[in-house]
Amino acid sequence: MHELSIAMSVLESLKAEAIRRPGARFTKVGLRIGELAGIDPEALTFGFEALIKETEWQSLALDIESVPRRQRCPRCNLTFAVRDYKFTCPNCGELETTCASGDELDIAYVELEEA
Amino acid sequence: MNRVPVEKKVLNENQQLAEKLRARFREHNVLCVNLISSPGAGKTSLLERTLESMDHLTRVAVLTGDIQTENDADRLKRFGYPVRQITTGGTCHLDARMIEKGLEGWSLDDLDILFIENVGNLVCPSSYDLGEEAKIVVLSTAEGDDKPLKYPSIFFKSELMILNKIDLLPHVKFDPEQAKQNARRVHPEMEIIEVSCTTGAGLDEWLGWLNRRWTAHGLETVEQAG
Repeated sequence: MHELSIAMSVLESLKAEAIRRPGARFTKVGLRIGELAGIDPEALTFGFEALIKETEWQSLALDIESVPRRQRCPRCNLTFAVRDYKFTCPNCGELETTCASGDELDIAYVELEEA
Repeated sequence: MNRVPVEKKVLNENQQLAEKLRARFREHNVLCVNLISSPGAGKTSLLERTLESMDHLTRVAVLTGDIQTENDADRLKRFGYPVRQITTGGTCHLDARMIEKGLEGWSLDDLDILFIENVGNLVCPSSYDLGEEAKIVVLSTAEGDDKPLKYPSIFFKSELMILNKIDLLPHVKFDPEQAKQNARRVHPEMEIIEVSCTTGAGLDEWLGWLNRRWTAHGLETVEQAG
């Protein structure tokens, strides 16, 4: 539901990046979105495409990497993907594992052609 | 073609402003909590009961968010505490800038607890840090007990879950144990308090939680200053 605001924030960041790199042509932006971020990639893509349509950004591609929730085991140090809310360490059976990833909402990279 | 790492949060600006607000709250020893729920789960009722039951030594204020109307602020102003409505005009969540603006003219030195009542929505508010010390999710027994599994983000990020409207349990198909289990599947450390704003059940426990959290917050602030 707030994917359009998120898309606008991405575009704002790109505009700031463009000022730092005069003459560069941006071709792609890569986002990293965790499953706990509450963002629907399809709605985000839809919003982003609507925003850049018929602007100087219209040829910009959007690449979304979805990041699963991962837990880290404090006992054996294993990091594992969580499926079906099972947080127990699959290696040593430790019950109290901590969240290691999954709530990302990051701009990972941009691809550009320098002038 | 050149790939350049950016490694920046999408909501970087909101995040920075939220950190600034958090630092201000800590400096003035204000406990700020962000109440989040779906529409109609009882955030305003919980605040009404809270303001009504607060001892008058505790200095509290409320920022309450809605898409339209000042109805919630009008309900909450009756108790004599400072209350401000933030009308977002369409936006489905509050962001840090709205909080900064909402605080204008208020002296944080005169406050102990700031309640933020977010726009009724279990999805979008979870992305926006408002500088709060804790997010609190309100789930009511008139909803489904699987809500924590359907909306994991907000249950993951909340420190406390208020299970509201427990007076309705005899009349609804809601299994409170299942709801708690679901909340803890998403967030194993979740604290949970059962409340009824109609009968007043659980309110003492909730006020105790606030008091404890405020005291702990003060100690942390003192330690950081030292």
